[in-house]
Amino acid sequence: MIAKRIIPCLDVRNGRVVKGVNFQELADVDSPVELAKFYSGCGADELVFYDITASAEGRALFTDILRKTAECVFIPLTVGGGIRTVDDFDRVLKCGADKVSVNSGAVMDPSLISRAAKRYGDQCVVLSVDAKRVDGQFRVFAKGGREDTGLDAITWIKSGVKNGAGEIVLNSIDTDGVKDGFDLEMLSAVCDVVDVPVIASGGAGCVEHFVTLFETLPKVDAGLAASIFHFGEVSIPELKRALGEKGIPTRL
Amino acid sequence: MLAVVDYGVGNLFSLTCSLRAIGAEAVVTGDEGVLARADRVILPGVGAFGDAAEALRASGLDRVVLREAKAGKPLLGICLGMQLLLDYGTEYGRHQGLGLIPGAVRAIRPVVPPAYKVPHMGWNALHFPKDRPVSPLFRYIQEGDCVYFVHSYAGMDCGEHTIAAAEYGPELTAAVARDNVYGVQFHPEKSGPVGLNILKAFCEL
Repeated sequence: MIAKRIIPCLDVRNGRVVKGVNFQELADVDSPVELAKFYSGCGADELVFYDITASAEGRALFTDILRKTAECVFIPLTVGGGIRTVDDFDRVLKCGADKVSVNSGAVMDPSLISRAAKRYGDQCVVLSVDAKRVDGQFRVFAKGGREDTGLDAITWIKSGVKNGAGEIVLNSIDTDGVKDGFDLEMLSAVCDVVDVPVIASGGAGCVEHFVTLFETLPKVDAGLAASIFHFGEVSIPELKRALGEKGIPTRL
Repeated sequence: MLAVVDYGVGNLFSLTCSLRAIGAEAVVTGDEGVLARADRVILPGVGAFGDAAEALRASGLDRVVLREAKAGKPLLGICLGMQLLLDYGTEYGRHQGLGLIPGAVRAIRPVVPPAYKVPHMGWNALHFPKDRPVSPLFRYIQEGDCVYFVHSYAGMDCGEHTIAAAEYGPELTAAVARDNVYGVQFHPEKSGPVGLNILKAFCEL
């Protein structure tokens, strides 16, 4: 039985983790490398690095961080943020990323998915979607959730998978930051139309939200969160214990 | 010295990092002389079976790998590198493998229940055959430990050469061995401490 994955997400700008982090155990809480080691050591199943740097210098700093992380953390690493071209895939894969997540870049040029999938394999291409309810529809937003693309999320995700996306990260803008639980309705609608792994993002506030997620939607493969892990509100070992007690398979 | 066979497919960054982490002196090489001098050899691989088998043949390294394996040198195939150790693969047509371990590489879609997603991707537990001693490759890990898989094809009909399986509807071949030749379907370099312990055991064979 395949284990449900728990994935902390690290937002990195100019080589430092930007979302607040609060660990007394860590000497340097803003260092992505130190944080990656910490999470890997406490049982994270995968790490997502989100590069929110705009400048070329910042990008170089990011790939350097990625390389340093990959040298000492031996779990799958996914990289997202600012991926616009197949060359961007190449740049991060060479530095130790296993999967690359595309979002706005794919909205601007949907062929990015098929070109990257053909070159690196479907398993390497993660389609990350920020979606929000608009006029009774799940609508895709781009540019970090600021721009309504007018695309229907379900149609967009279906076509993304058809073009070669091997995994979906669904981030509900409606539940993101609310800490009242994952967006089960939106996730369910996505799980109904795809047969690739679906990663739930947005809304987790406590251990029970993950239990509810996996119990209600057995087709969801992973739960992703950032600040609740960074602030120690949810500890990964504790979370995995709770899932295990409910009979949800995890990697201990 | 441990040699990682470089035949132009795939990214070897993570693998070499993980070998460095366990203190193994590893070189990535496509040089016949270096492979001949190595104490042990790792055959990596990603992508489609046919392309990789062809790349290995075109580089002439299929012959070198076969010779070193037959001379008794420990050989470890990883992911597609494991699949290449078997007789043949059926991904995009039938292609010859190295034939070091009996078995065929076939799509897992027809053998797993429809509700199971393909690729088989993520962390899954290893199970060892009950009727045989545990392979020395697993001396530092335990039954039930999880490792990271990403694959749509798997080794089948490997019989007594299967040394570990993972439940995914049916049991899928997770690792094979015959004498000094070993293969793992999963990625030890991405399987945390469990994966490093498997690589460590290989380095001590």
